[in-house]
Parts: sequence; structure tokens; C-alpha cells
Amino acid sequence: MIDRLREEPVTLSSLEEIIDEFDFLDDSEDQIEYLIDLGLDLPAIDQSLKTEQFLVHGCQSNVWLDVEFVGNPALMLVKAESDAMIVNGLVALLMAIFNGKTAEEALEINVREIFDRLGLDRHLSPQRKNGLNGMVQRIKVAARLQLT
Amino acid sequence: MASLSLPTVESIREQFPILQQPDSHGRDIVYLDNGASTQKPRCVIDKEVEVYTKYYANAYRGVYEFGQRIDDEVELSRESVRGLIGAASKEEIIFTAGTTMSLNLLAYAWGSHVLKPGDEIILSRMEHHANIVPWQLVAQKTGATIRYVPLDDQYRFDGQAFEQILNSRTKIVSLTGMSNVLGATIPVQQVAEAAHSVGAVFILDAAQSILHQPTDVMKQGIDFLAFSGHKIYGPSGVGVLYGKQELLEQMPPFLGGGHMIDQVFDDHSTWAAAPAKFEAGTLPIAQAIALRPAIELIIEVGFDWIEKHEKQLLIQATEQLQKIPGLKIYGPAVSEKGAMVSFTLEGAHPQDLAFLLNRHGVCVRHGHHCAMPLHKILDVSATVRASFGLYNTHQEVDKLTEAIHQARKKLRLT
Repeated sequence: MIDRLREEPVTLSSLEEIIDEFDFLDDSEDQIEYLIDLGLDLPAIDQSLKTEQFLVHGCQSNVWLDVEFVGNPALMLVKAESDAMIVNGLVALLMAIFNGKTAEEALEINVREIFDRLGLDRHLSPQRKNGLNGMVQRIKVAARLQLT
Repeated sequence: MASLSLPTVESIREQFPILQQPDSHGRDIVYLDNGASTQKPRCVIDKEVEVYTKYYANAYRGVYEFGQRIDDEVELSRESVRGLIGAASKEEIIFTAGTTMSLNLLAYAWGSHVLKPGDEIILSRMEHHANIVPWQLVAQKTGATIRYVPLDDQYRFDGQAFEQILNSRTKIVSLTGMSNVLGATIPVQQVAEAAHSVGAVFILDAAQSILHQPTDVMKQGIDFLAFSGHKIYGPSGVGVLYGKQELLEQMPPFLGGGHMIDQVFDDHSTWAAAPAKFEAGTLPIAQAIALRPAIELIIEVGFDWIEKHEKQLLIQATEQLQKIPGLKIYGPAVSEKGAMVSFTLEGAHPQDLAFLLNRHGVCVRHGHHCAMPLHKILDVSATVRASFGLYNTHQEVDKLTEAIHQARKKLRLT
């Protein structure tokens, strides 16, 4: 078994930081490499979540995703991981977007707008977009369930 | 092209304009996705331009000068294909859109013609989807059954199992000449003989093998053969279906339309002789014509040189890659495979790896390579494939290896 060198625990990047870095990098390949870095820094999820129940369909790579609401008021906490680091970077981006939001706030977020703003749409393959939509859908469904 | 008494990879490489320029990031292009499609030499590009700038017209339609010239050029190309595969006559060479089209034509026309409920079609476990799905369609329609030849524990076509599966109900044996993932080849002549011994026809999917090794349909006993122009340094959009004349005479047409008829009446039609019978509609004209210079280049370089050169690249790549921690190569020993290496790297997802390799200008394919059943057997959802062509160099293999080392570092693999 090969281990990934875990660097010192990192604080996850905020959405503002990610947007700034994307603007700074400009080049699409540099941006994807940055996504890989974000993915590599993402903490691993609990092994117990890596089951069919939490698997997001439509992804080329495996993505496991669970959503919890914690505290009062209940705030969203996305726990997700992919075996592909580019996708894990997208997971980090979604976490930056949704974590700490109430269910109402989460439902109002237009993810497409944010991705357009980042210019990500251009260099995501249709399959990857499919997978991304699958993840967003899961998060939105969880928010809706929280309100019922 | 200039006459090459002794080809060198440099002199071959010079003929491919796309390899002479850096990519949009200023990197040298290390093109190792030849299994998906090959780059085009200047002579092929020039030929297509020549057709469109000097004498373009539809084929087999006009008696005017351009029309005559086009007909002559298409026939010259047909003859060059005949020479490449050792067919008895150029009337056995049908131009199609590509291997997929050729195999679909066969499945539909030959399959529907001969298959009855209970009959069997034999494929192997390392087929491309293009040599699986068309047979599934015809099997569902006719009530025939598909049987698969397994691979042995060294990822080789299991010849013994094949002979056991073969029986009097076997009507069609359709196999790849070289797996597009494993690189594994098959003993074509033996397989063809065995198929004939039970009265089956033998079809060779030569999409991957045709550019790496010599093919001789008569000597090897191949009844039908399919390949694509774009995988043999020729144009995209044109492919070939070879069929033995007596079989082409028996086989009903696939597409109906212009050029394929003899007489058209109100309620029925009669057919032209092959190849016209299977070339309904307008051909990919310029592409069919520009296939000839690609074939001439291969013949001029020679399969002796190609096989030796590509084997050296394969040996070098295999030796270097298998030393990389966590890297696993899927395929038989180098002595039993063509010039490609499919692999996984523990801890690295194939799509991350393919992206990171491209950061060093290295172009490889990742995914299931249109061979999902095979990947199921390999027990991986995807692999990364580096596939070589006659213009690849030892320095490029070094760059592949170095790029994988860099990707491991980037992905923080120990």
C-alpha cells in the first residue's frame, strides 16, 4: 500500500480565497493544478461513509458525499471525498460554497453563477460536469429535507 | 516522400508537421496516444489539399476530366490497400467510414445473412466495444449467442479455451488483432484455420494491429478484415472493409442508395458487384485518396524497421515504468504484445495522472478505452495508456517516465 504524504493540517480555503487564486492564475491548466492542490489538502472522510449509500452517481471517479446540519441555527456541513484529486478540488470548492450556510441560504445559492465567475465551465468535460451536478443536487436535496 | 534507404526516426519525424511545433504552452509535444489516432505526415495532408485544389469531383459519376481523375485516384488508393493487406484483387477492398462502420456492416449484412437461433459468435474478452456491440445487436435479432474467449493469467488470448469453445454451431469468429488496452496479439493464422475447420468465417479487427505488424489476408486465412485510415497515419473519416470475393458475392448489401445498384425497379432492385455493392452514397473521397500516401509511407519505411523500432520503445518503456513504485502494467510480456503500455499508479486516479502528464507535454489516454468488459476483468475502472507509433523516440519514453515521477511528487505519493 502506498501512502500519500499528508502535510500539516491546513485550514480549508474560503470561497473568496479560491476566487482570488483563480483570477491570479488565469491559465486554465494552472487553475486545474490549483484544484488538485485544494483536493490534496482536503481532509479524508470517515471510511464508514465510503459506501454505495453515499456514492454520487454520474461521476467518472468515485465521490462519496454526506451532508449534516450542526448547531443552532443548524448550519450545513458537507463531508465528501473523491479518489481523483481534480474532483476532490471541486469538492473543496463546494465545501467553501456551502459549509456554514443555513438550509434556506443553501437553496438560494446559484452554483452555476459561481462556476461561470471562476471560468471553470470552459474546462470541465461533460462527464465531469455531470458528476458536479450530481454533487450539487445531493447538497440541495439535503437542504430541502432539512426544511421539511 | 523522399526515398529512404535506411530510415531514421529523425527523418520520419520530420515528415510530420504537427510534431515540429510546441503546444500552446510552449512545450514539446510527446504524442503517445497513437492507439486512439495517429498524426498525419505532410504527404497525406498535401494529397487531400491536392484533391480539393486540383481535381475534386464526386467519384464514379462524371465522365468529365475531374471525374475521371478522381476515379483513377480512388482506384489507385484501393490498389494500395490491396497491396498492404495482400488481398487477391482490389475489388475486395471496400471503403467505409472506419473500423466501427466496417464491423457494423459485417454484423448487419453477414450476421443477418448466416445466423439462426442457437448459432454462435465467438469474440474474445479483450475486444473493443466496436467489436462487441454490433454483434450483440445482431445476436438479439437472430437468436444467436455470443461466446467469449477468456484471457490466460498473463493477459494472453487463451488459444486452448478458444478451441474448446469452437463447435459446429460457431458461424462467426471475430477477434481483434491487437488489444487496444493490453497490446496482446493473437496467432491469426492458427485461429483462422481453427475457425475454418468448423465452417465459421474469421473476421479480424485490425484497427490496432495494422500499423504495427504486417498483414497478409490470403496467407493468414482472414475472411474479412476491418481497419481505420486515421489509425494508420492516414485521414480520418475513411476506413476499410476487406472481404474475400466469394463471401462478398454472397453477402447482401447493408446500406441502399446511389452507386450500389445494378437496376432499380418499382418494387425491387438488383445490386452492382462488390465493392460498389457496399459503397452506397458518396464516399469520403479526398480521405480515401489520401490514404494511399499513408500506406506508401509505411511500406517505404517497412514493417521490419517499424517492428524493431517500436519493440525497442516498448522494452524501454516497460523497463522504466515497472520500476516506478505502485505502477502496475496490464498486458502480456513484451515479446507477445504490440507497442503500448496500459497501467495504473496506486494512489493516483487515471484522470489526474493524464492531466499531470500533459503538464509535461505528454499526451496519453485515460479511461476504459472503449473496453469496459476487459476493465471489469482487470478489476479497475480505468487505466492510463501510452501507445507508440513509428515517429516516437527514446527521449520521449524518458519524458513519459520523468513525467510520471513528477506526477507522483505532485500527488504527494511516497
